[in-house]
Amino acid sequence: MKLTLRVWRQKNSNTQGQLEDHQLDDVSPDSSFLEMIDDLNEKLTNEGKEPIAFDHDCREGICGMCSLVVNGVAHGQDRELIKAVTICQLHMRNFHGGETIVLEPWRAKGFPILKDLIVDRGAFDRIIQAGGFISVGTGSAPDANASPIPKKNADIAMDAAACIGCGACVAACPNASAMLFTSAKMGNLNHLPQGQTERYQRVVNMVTQMDKEGFGACTNMGECEAVCPKEINLDFIAQMNKDLITAALKGIGPTV
Amino acid sequence: MVGILHFPNTTIGKKIIMALSGAIWLGFLAGHMVGNLKIFMGAEHFNEYAHGLRTLGEPILVYGQALWIARLVVVPALVLHVWAAITLSLLNMQARDSKYVQHRKLNANAAQLSMIFGGIALFLFIIFHLMHFTLGVLVHPSFNPNDPYHNVIAGFQSYFYIPAVIYLIALAALSLHLYHGTWSMFQTLGLNNKTYTKSLRILAWLVAISITAGFALVPLSVMFGVVG
Ligand code: HEM
Ligand code: FES
Repeated sequence: MKLTLRVWRQKNSNTQGQLEDHQLDDVSPDSSFLEMIDDLNEKLTNEGKEPIAFDHDCREGICGMCSLVVNGVAHGQDRELIKAVTICQLHMRNFHGGETIVLEPWRAKGFPILKDLIVDRGAFDRIIQAGGFISVGTGSAPDANASPIPKKNADIAMDAAACIGCGACVAACPNASAMLFTSAKMGNLNHLPQGQTERYQRVVNMVTQMDKEGFGACTNMGECEAVCPKEINLDFIAQMNKDLITAALKGIGPTV
Repeated sequence: MVGILHFPNTTIGKKIIMALSGAIWLGFLAGHMVGNLKIFMGAEHFNEYAHGLRTLGEPILVYGQALWIARLVVVPALVLHVWAAITLSLLNMQARDSKYVQHRKLNANAAQLSMIFGGIALFLFIIFHLMHFTLGVLVHPSFNPNDPYHNVIAGFQSYFYIPAVIYLIALAALSLHLYHGTWSMFQTLGLNNKTYTKSLRILAWLVAISITAGFALVPLSVMFGVVG
């Protein structure tokens, strides 16, 4: 099928970017979205032009590297049947011949654009460094049943741990807020016994770091959960809010 | 102490201040709305109620004291609410420093997207309302501090119903603000979750409709000659 791709091209973080049109004449409906860009890049390279820079790694929806805003929606999942996928898991059969597809990078102050469609998501690493861990003596892994955990908590922790840190929540949020990510990255630990010791210091530190990175505040619209490829939901943000209130009442200040 | 002092510096802390102050105003509005309905019981009853607000708590409190205590709660609550709303809205605008050429929303509704605009409209309305019925300056044709019943009726009949229509527009803004605000409050305070979210949405809808309808009844009744 034939497609027009309007792609954001930007040389580096210091320059202005703009949209650039590319015609594709022979896109296979069976190819994945990223393979379609690969084909275009091959063509561009053969023509001696600069290929489009975009992030990707596993291409099976588990690593969190791919990050494209497709026609205004993070990971492009705006079609009825397509929910909870990363863009690497989307196929061209979901598009129509003759369509124009607009490709943009995640846009947020906390995610500076490095080149074309690639942004720097180092802010997420720093939020995790601020508290998304537990301090334990290393050694061999303990038995999974060594400490009893209610099934409900184990399930919630597992749901939170599904976050692959892709940043679609930030990209989709009208306020470029990172609350869904931050709440998931503490939600996994805060629902397990091992995470309790540092629980309230963790929430204060991670929230403080999140604010420092320049992300916006939550206005409870739920745009984030609508695009999350791992279906992380707003409950984690509510829990984070509640834990921050408790931490404030306990008198815990930030150490980051 | 350091924890609680740091709290308003965080985005979530400001949001929680907004939720708590919004809750205070929600309670105040509910009481205010029910009080207003006494207008349907006639001039004497309504004026007695208005006077009663000033003599509330006697002999422990003196004339007007209860009203001032209430003002000492709702005025700072409004200041905090507006401060947090404006600070966070500016921050949110800055957080998306490069704009999308195309950005589609999948979930957000008009109530959510209009919070700051509706809020600013409400703020302006509160000033208008105080000039109209509390101070009786500029926008009231025949204000008499000792006859609230007359003030309401004449106020809504005056100037080709323009003040009454301003009230109705402000109430429309209020209903949108309360529809998102009431549910949002629970989410912000960490009291919402998937089990309750549907019920809380319904509650928010009921709150928005009942408060707005209760308030709207008074200007509508004056406009259509039911009272007055
Ligand atoms: C009539 C008085 C008002 C009432 C009863 C009220 C009530 C509320 C409530 C209950 C919330 C929810 C708090 C939360 O999200 O957790 C809220 C949010 C908000 N209010 Fe108000 N408010 C009033 C006036 C105002 C004014 C005067 C402004 C601004 C100038 C304003 C701006 C906002 C904004 C921006 C939000 C946040 C919306 C969001 O997070 O999506 N409000 N309000
Ligand atoms: S490339 Fe790994 S999740 Fe898409």
